[in-house]
Amino acid sequence: MSDVLTAVSFDAEGFMTDGNAWNEEIGKAIAAREGIDLTDRHWVVINYCRAEWKAKGEAPTLRNITKNTDVSTKELYELFPGGPGKLAAKVSGLKKPTGCI
Amino acid sequence: MKTLMILGGGTAGTLIARKMYKELDKGTWKIVLVDQDPNHYYQPGYLFVPFGMYTAKHVVRPKKNFFPRGIDYITAEVERIDADNNRVTLTDGRQLYYNYLVIATGTDIHPQETEGMLGDGWRKNVHEFYTYEGTLALTEAVKNFKGGRIAVQITEMPIKCPVAPLEFAFLADWYFTKKKMRDKVEIVYATPLSGAFTKPVASQALADMLKRKNIQMEADFATMEVDSSANVLRSYDNREIPYDLLVTVPVNMGAAMIGRSGLGDDLNYVPTNKETLQSNRYPNIFVMGDATNLPTSKAGSVIHFQMETVAENMLAHMRNKPLEHHFDGHALCYIETGYSQAVMIDFSYDVEPLMGKYPLPVVGPFSLLKSTWINHLGKMGFYYMYYEMMLRGIDVPLPTRYSLVGKEKTPTLNLENERTPKNV
Ligand SMILES: Cc1cc2nc3c(=O)[nH]c(=O)nc-3n(C[C@H](O)[C@H](O)[C@H](O)COP(=O)(O)OP(=O)(O)OC[C@H]3O[C@@H](n4cnc5c(N)ncnc54)[C@H](O)[C@@H]3O)c2cc1C
Repeated sequence: MSDVLTAVSFDAEGFMTDGNAWNEEIGKAIAAREGIDLTDRHWVVINYCRAEWKAKGEAPTLRNITKNTDVSTKELYELFPGGPGKLAAKVSGLKKPTGCI
Repeated sequence: MKTLMILGGGTAGTLIARKMYKELDKGTWKIVLVDQDPNHYYQPGYLFVPFGMYTAKHVVRPKKNFFPRGIDYITAEVERIDADNNRVTLTDGRQLYYNYLVIATGTDIHPQETEGMLGDGWRKNVHEFYTYEGTLALTEAVKNFKGGRIAVQITEMPIKCPVAPLEFAFLADWYFTKKKMRDKVEIVYATPLSGAFTKPVASQALADMLKRKNIQMEADFATMEVDSSANVLRSYDNREIPYDLLVTVPVNMGAAMIGRSGLGDDLNYVPTNKETLQSNRYPNIFVMGDATNLPTSKAGSVIHFQMETVAENMLAHMRNKPLEHHFDGHALCYIETGYSQAVMIDFSYDVEPLMGKYPLPVVGPFSLLKSTWINHLGKMGFYYMYYEMMLRGIDVPLPTRYSLVGKEKTPTLNLENERTPKNV
């Protein structure tokens, strides 16, 4: 595990508590902790998530990501296996998506 | 004359029309309501039709029965809202102007969003119960089902009445047990959520209930496609659920007109202030019911709780006063669990449903999240309350006397008279 993460604060589920403290190094380290090797395609998603969060204050939904990038839902599941919404937010240093009620 | 225009005359549009008709000065204000469909559908009833508990005639009535006589009701489809110019265009080309607008156009299913859903199996062994036509077609499929696997599946959240598919699974268990063929029927409940419900405590209680009723849960199932040639449901992470009968809840989206008007989010829901229920962008537009993007359930009971906020705040805005009424996200759901039992859950933006927290004297504190007969009467009594009270603008004594109303006048009586699972 990399040292980059020791100074970072996380909530109980491993989401960063302060999105502003995020940088690319931290993103890579969180990805590694989740067992993901980041490729250019991951970065398309991460950069989009970061931009959306800056603009709107929360992580985008999967539908929003696929609508506004060239990444399909199928590819999202390959890039972030299991739960792409939650995982992409985690690696991008964002809070857990509020999801739905 | 000034105009208050209401788009959509379903649950929310009807309630607010009645309320504002009472409140506004008739010499100054005119109320115009536009809806494309002359029928009012009792959507909660759609759940009961496939099991013979209700028939088609229970769930549809003429809309105009519920509107106050003094409003202008236009039966037409709205093409677009031009909010910058306070103008609404209908698909027949008519243009209408408003001073205040209430958007109450609800949400509807969009099966075309999912690969293969509208394929060869659609309305044959791929069914839904979120529309009038859908629930009638499914009724035949349930009645004629000879055994095999039923998959009850949610395609994507959010959906209106998020507990309805769970209830469908519970009722199917009950129905086929009564029919003495439960041993020939396998029931699978597939959800994109990580558990049975969105809120943790309720989720655990409902998961236990699924297990007791021998219903398998497939969690985190993000549906990719329906393959009618193989009768298989596939997820994005390559899981497969073969089915003989698929009961799907297709993607739910707000009205396409909202999207065309540039007023919606990715699912055509209108961004709405979660406390004041005013549009985030236009102060003379208020949004109600399923059409909003609010982080609470899309349900009729929620609309009942929203009505006061919309009315008070709109009146305040008309008088240049601050908007002081705040909606807290209150939702109340009865979950029908079969065998004439139901569970009640009650929550808001901040408080998740907890066990035994609801102070309802008749029911007692422990029936939250537990199946009781009184809750079932409450659910069935909603029918009476909805048509005879809510839609007619009579104050509904919610929630305290909810189950009392149900007890006296519920159409559960119909259960005895009609084709019920008891005497199939
Ligand atoms: C199977 C099922 C079970 C349910 N069970 C429950 C329950 O037990 N308890 C509960 O509280 N809720 C339940 N609900 C949810 C409840 O029915 C809805 O939340 C409620 O009816 C929503 O009201 P609304 O006014 O927002 O939308 P709706 O009642 O759907 O009305 C929207 C109206 O807008 C009109 N419209 C849309 N677009 C246009 C356009 N472009 N031009 C003109 N008109 C337009 C439509 O014709 C419609 O009349 C259930 C729903 C379903 C489907």
